[in-house]
Amino acid sequence: MTAPESGKASLAEDLRRLEEIVRELEREDADLDRALALFEEGVARLRGARERLTQAEARVRKVLEDAEGQLLEIPLDEGN
Amino acid sequence: MPDLFSSPDDAPWTPALLARTMRRVLEGGIGRVWLRAEVSGLKVYRSGHWYFTLRDAEAQLRAVMWRTYASRHPEPPADGTQVFVYGMPTVWEEKGELRFTVLELLPGERLGPQQLALERVRKALERDGLFEPARKRPLPPLPERIAVVTSLDGAALHDMITVTRSRWPAVELVILDSRVQGAEAEAELVRALRQVNRLPRIDVCILGRGGGSREDLAAFNSEAVCRALAAVTVPTISAVGHETDVTFTDLVADHRAATPSAAMELAVPDRDEILGRVSSLGLRLGQALGRGTRLARERLARAGDRLEVALSRRLERPRRDLERLGAQLDALSPLRVLDRGYAVARDASGRVLRRREDFVPGQPFGLTVSDGVVPARAVGPA
Repeated sequence: MTAPESGKASLAEDLRRLEEIVRELEREDADLDRALALFEEGVARLRGARERLTQAEARVRKVLEDAEGQLLEIPLDEGN
Repeated sequence: MPDLFSSPDDAPWTPALLARTMRRVLEGGIGRVWLRAEVSGLKVYRSGHWYFTLRDAEAQLRAVMWRTYASRHPEPPADGTQVFVYGMPTVWEEKGELRFTVLELLPGERLGPQQLALERVRKALERDGLFEPARKRPLPPLPERIAVVTSLDGAALHDMITVTRSRWPAVELVILDSRVQGAEAEAELVRALRQVNRLPRIDVCILGRGGGSREDLAAFNSEAVCRALAAVTVPTISAVGHETDVTFTDLVADHRAATPSAAMELAVPDRDEILGRVSSLGLRLGQALGRGTRLARERLARAGDRLEVALSRRLERPRRDLERLGAQLDALSPLRVLDRGYAVARDASGRVLRRREDFVPGQPFGLTVSDGVVPARAVGPA
């Protein structure tokens, strides 16, 4: 399976790759193995993109600077 | 007696040359300045231009304000009025006279030290090109991490989170807490903006606060804050106050929004729109598989081999499914076809074995079925 695990690639990357795959398949000259591989990757990318869009919950973090000047990102507790 | 006329370098100047040179020296050497002065002897000409004298206790200058600029004022200032004027000294060549050309005129009593300070900042930022449209950067279409410099206590943050949740949840907001008004605000905003450049994978930076009085917004007119904002390495959006309040950060940022909510709407796309795009890609993917494999299917069908016919059917079925189901992803997958009992034979290198001659007696191959690959071995060509 050439497709990445969903959730690893970025949404922009998924959409960009999907456009590429669709364009290549639409050229009608892909050989069968290649077409199947592209299709499988396309489906995985589609699923990844949809999951990202429908299941994601916006994450909010706040930045703290520690004593050494390192920046830390910690989840924002909206209760406070 | 020196020979006044012998050297060509010492050829006499003409009045025109001298006047033009004086004008250049004056305009180039002084440029635009603010003057605090008293107006006297103002005359409005029929052309709409204003002619007057600008003076203080020790000196005076003739001044002109062309109609384009004068017409912005409802009426000319009365004699004796203290004013601030912005403009430049020049030489009126035809008359060989010094003139101060006034571009802007403000009543002296209304322009306090704060406004003068603001004007200094504006000019410094302008001189360094921080307001130049050419340095404005476009926003990325699909940001994943947005740095937000604002107060954790402010309504602005709450509004921005609300917009994000409803419009584009596939994003991470990274908040850099800073006071946004008061004596500490300037230093804290500068520190927060500098921290943005040290955070990984930030796509956009929003600097925001809710509306407030002119004094409340002072930090957003600070030169240090503006320079820190200009130094942010990703595209920036300034969102301060409501529409009537324009601050220098609004002018320095790559983009300006009237409110923090509007800034977030600028920064993130609309989920429904992108979902629509994903669905249409799904549809095209399905249709394309059908088209893309049509030639292969035709070749297979001609060969008439059982295996090939099976493969052909295997393609025909998902093709019809795909065109019917469009964006319904689960149905698009060839894995679903395997669920229905079809299998794909592949050799060790992953090549699909589609003809009898592809199978070598005794050679192992893999049979991909719905839940995995079954190792198999060819007994011989059928």
